[in-house]
Amino acid sequence: MWDRNQMAARAAQELQDGMYVNLGIGIPTLVANYIPDGITVTLQSENGMLGMGPFPFEGEEDPDLINAGKQTITELPHTAYFDSAQSFAMIRGGKIAMAILGAMEVAENGDLANWMIPGKLIKGMGGAMDLVAGVGRVVVVMDHTNKKGETKLLKACTLPLTGTGVVDRIITNLGVLDVVEGGLRIVECAPDVTPDQIAASTDATLVQ
Amino acid sequence: MQKIYPDADAALEGLLHDGMTIASGGFGLCGIPELLIDALVKDGAKDLTIASNNCGVDGFGLGKLLDTHQIKKMMSSYVGENDEFMRQYLAEELIIEFNPQGTLAERMRAGGAGIPGFYTKTGVGTIVAEGKEHKDFDGETYILERGIVADIAIVKAWKADATGNCIFRKTARNFNVPAATCGKVCLVEVEEIVETGSLDPDAIHLPGIYVHRLIQGEHEKRIEQRTVRTA
Repeated sequence: MWDRNQMAARAAQELQDGMYVNLGIGIPTLVANYIPDGITVTLQSENGMLGMGPFPFEGEEDPDLINAGKQTITELPHTAYFDSAQSFAMIRGGKIAMAILGAMEVAENGDLANWMIPGKLIKGMGGAMDLVAGVGRVVVVMDHTNKKGETKLLKACTLPLTGTGVVDRIITNLGVLDVVEGGLRIVECAPDVTPDQIAASTDATLVQ
Repeated sequence: MQKIYPDADAALEGLLHDGMTIASGGFGLCGIPELLIDALVKDGAKDLTIASNNCGVDGFGLGKLLDTHQIKKMMSSYVGENDEFMRQYLAEELIIEFNPQGTLAERMRAGGAGIPGFYTKTGVGTIVAEGKEHKDFDGETYILERGIVADIAIVKAWKADATGNCIFRKTARNFNVPAATCGKVCLVEVEEIVETGSLDPDAIHLPGIYVHRLIQGEHEKRIEQRTVRTA
């Protein structure tokens, strides 16, 4: 099994040289710590920045420089700033190669639910709906099951959707699965995890 | 043509009424029009509809207008930082219209650009699409979203000259530019009003044509999530 950091490290293997990428809040944010040596990846922060740098050192925090999670960050030599309309124009215009996002549920047809639990969690979708509709490739990073031990890989989502048929790849603590014709396909198992274990924790249809 | 006002109260004079629509800049607490929000609280105009990506936090930013029950409806993409918001929403004292963040920004941009509506893929197949016109282009389905035109826009910039040309700093630009353009009257608060001619004309983020009333003042610029790395 992979822990949070190992999942992030595995997700970082999805990155390719020259990509512009948007990382979601939570485990996806950790992906920035594992960008492979020798490649250049530019991180977009949808509040209006390309070229997001690491957290500042104590005393160097700038209230005018935050990421989409409202955390203080820093800029890099190639950083560019822009307004929110421009930020989402590049997202909707297909200029961002990949988004790596968290999820509550993913369905076997690539439907994604990650923004709302009716009656409980009503915070809003932020930029998630724009991202999944606009970027080239959507990679979900999440635990395979929820806190109750129930699978998050379903035949159909039960929660309100963020997008339909938008997920390309899912990286969980148990392994890596792709959304393909007819269901999900296991492409990799985490260390000491068997395909049977993944199948036992998955409700979605698994295809060869 | 005098755009500079002595303070936020003076800038808002004659503009406020119950039930009006206000577009606000800011993302989280970054680049929010603190001084104009305080003046709105003081004025007491109520039943406000506010288009803003977020609604501040408890007791700061637009959260202050929640404490005084001046907001009737929020058009936002994310309101998760605010317990009072959730309380009022669950008690049905407050209406929320969730907009995907890019849809909200583009609705403001479109409204300011004289574009009454636009089609987008964002939200297709979700509750955001319910009740909206669907149309296929080149084999893909899109939904119609409407431009927003607000009675006033409240905006925070870094520096402006007396003609209203504005520049912003780092990620504090965010929704301030689209919000500014969609207000019938746009009020901008800045940290510094500089001599006309001292801003690089090639580097103006918001041209003065969009800006009607301008004030200068001190800003708290509170940090919402102070995050640092260890050496």
